[in-house]
Amino acid sequence: MPKPIQSIERASAILRLLSGRTRRLSLAEVAGELGLPKGTVYGIMRTLLSVGFVEQDPESGKYRIGAALLHLGSSYLDGNELRTRALNWADWLAARTNESVRLGTLHDGQVLLVHHVFRPDNSPQVLEVGALLPMHATAMGKVLLAYHPYLTEDLSNGRLPRFTSGTITDPKLLAIELEQVREQGWAASLEELIEGETSFAAPIRDRQGVAVGAIAISGPTERLCDDAQPRIELVSYVREGARTISRDLGAVPW
Amino acid sequence: MNAQYVAAIDQGTSSSRCLVFDLQGRIVSLSQKEHEQIFPRPGWVEHDPHEILRNVIEVVHGALDTGGLDVRDLVAVGIANQRETTVVWDPHTGEPVHNAIVWQDTRTDALCRKLGAELGQDRFRDKCGLPLATYFSGPKVSWLLDSAPGLRKRAEEGDLLFGTMDSWLIWNLTGRHVTDVTNASRTMLMNLETLDWDDTLLDAMGVPRAMLPAIQPSSAIYGEAGDSLGGVPIAAALGDQQAALFGQTCFSAGEAKCTYGTGSFLLLNTGSRPVLSGHGLITTVGSKIGDEPATYALEGSIAVTGALVQWFRDKVGLIGSAPEVETLARTVDDNGGIYFVPAFSGLFAPHWRGDARGVIAGLTGYVTKGHLARAVLEATAWQTREVVDAMNADSGIEMTSLKADGGMTANNLLMQFLADVLGLPVVRPNVAETVSLGAAYAAGLAVGFWPDVESLRANWHKAAEWIPNMDQAERDRGYRKWKKAVQRTLDWVDDDD
Repeated sequence: MPKPIQSIERASAILRLLSGRTRRLSLAEVAGELGLPKGTVYGIMRTLLSVGFVEQDPESGKYRIGAALLHLGSSYLDGNELRTRALNWADWLAARTNESVRLGTLHDGQVLLVHHVFRPDNSPQVLEVGALLPMHATAMGKVLLAYHPYLTEDLSNGRLPRFTSGTITDPKLLAIELEQVREQGWAASLEELIEGETSFAAPIRDRQGVAVGAIAISGPTERLCDDAQPRIELVSYVREGARTISRDLGAVPW
Repeated sequence: MNAQYVAAIDQGTSSSRCLVFDLQGRIVSLSQKEHEQIFPRPGWVEHDPHEILRNVIEVVHGALDTGGLDVRDLVAVGIANQRETTVVWDPHTGEPVHNAIVWQDTRTDALCRKLGAELGQDRFRDKCGLPLATYFSGPKVSWLLDSAPGLRKRAEEGDLLFGTMDSWLIWNLTGRHVTDVTNASRTMLMNLETLDWDDTLLDAMGVPRAMLPAIQPSSAIYGEAGDSLGGVPIAAALGDQQAALFGQTCFSAGEAKCTYGTGSFLLLNTGSRPVLSGHGLITTVGSKIGDEPATYALEGSIAVTGALVQWFRDKVGLIGSAPEVETLARTVDDNGGIYFVPAFSGLFAPHWRGDARGVIAGLTGYVTKGHLARAVLEATAWQTREVVDAMNADSGIEMTSLKADGGMTANNLLMQFLADVLGLPVVRPNVAETVSLGAAYAAGLAVGFWPDVESLRANWHKAAEWIPNMDQAERDRGYRKWKKAVQRTLDWVDDDD
């Protein structure tokens, strides 16, 4: 076997490092972490920039993984495709929990509702497919943010509008919450968008493990929580639904 | 042991599935397996009956395993099946004399035309509710008995049995040779009034009575399964579209459902009397629960709906998957003035014109692939509109909403456009698997798992509703253009084609 090409090994190490971090890194940080001369790292970084595998923030000069690389590994999943593939299990989740179910994907820094199953009580309800929701105030948005670290960084640069007294408007607090979402594998919005309404969401992943969407149940807090704590059996159904849809999309069971 | 679930076997055209349901009619688990499509010649389609039987038993156990259940957890099993597909077998050996002849198979085309002769396609319609067409089982049995020497004689002496898929499965599972009224109503051999085999029809088709199964209600205990399914009662059988009507809880006259798949099937419950169609629909039995009177239905079948999207994907290649048709269609705001009539093998209900072929009408240089995608979806909605109009005319009952199910209900643009062109709300139930649910309901009723149909209505929940949002003038204009496009498909096929 021919000798490995050193510059490709080093480029891979840089990409791995950047993809493992939730914030942008400076050239000095990358060089320091990898124990490489700054000049060497700079040369490789210029090439990675030119092919779009890394991106540089124009203000801070710091680096992160580029969109081209994200798209390379993860198959883009059409929202209509996601709805079709999730149809049976979204129905199942609504029937199990007796709450309405929504499926969302990322769209220009917001959550795009691609599917909506009515709460199964035959009360008058309006189909909300196509609506856009804020990321930081919804359970689906938090799930999508938690698994797309750079978005969090973008979001923290902007303002986080307040919808209720519970809305998280401090980027630092949001970052802490997202860390917890990543750890536990699901997110809640406890009256953070609409007073009196709670929702739980879990990620839907594709074959590459990329979170291509989120599935959530929503309803009145008194039904979804006990003493202001999420009812764990409802959360379990959401996570089971998300896992089943992910498995159907080809994700490796986790 | 606490038996608390009902299993449904959905023995379909491309696969066999088993779904397990709980008391609330919720899906507990599912298993499915595809079977081979055998194409011995152009236009001929066959299935291996043994393969189907093996798969059915396998998926029942598969669904039980997935749900962590045992066969003792089941109170009953119901069967919904591909309709009209015909099996003839030797009861002494259990061996079929031929592969199953599938409903799509057109080998009986010449026979059907011969049977029609001067009297025409509707010769038997007043007795059986059906036009002479290749789908139905009677002509298929007749063809089969003539396919090899000695078969007809064996059939006359009771040494061969005929059955649709329900009969084949029930005979193998319980040893009883029965069919249900809904399946029997698709043979062209049963009289719709008496719900018994009709000697005039049997004589005309040349099918010996000795080979026919006993006609039973759709919901009744036919027998207990043998060891392969641990003695569970087999307690329902319905043709798949009738099962969907039942699963959608359309128990009263005037209630209708449309199942959107490769083709689409709209069934309207017409109550306890058969309504003969003057507008190209067929009359069929909807269901029969135990000793209660049978419920009848009008049926409008549309040959090409989902199949047009598949064609657009596989043959035109403008989309990579069926759901992407919606993405492409949403790149434009309207159809750009074009109408796509997919009369790929003629027009079905309500036209029944074999000489028609598909057209895309209204093409101009302005039209883009987005408009084409839109026209592909709109074709399904306009075809439904034609069938709904025919139903309203035949039944004298104005439909007030449409219950939709099947794979295409995932297409939001289509469902909204459907509501728009019908001028009616379109609703989707929480359980999209209405075929299986209907079979489970019928089986559960037979064993008392559910007390009555009213308790089943309580299980039906709206999962989505699309409200019409198109003004009358626009709807009328679109329908006028669609009808003009339909006119342009007619008289295309010539004698020398």
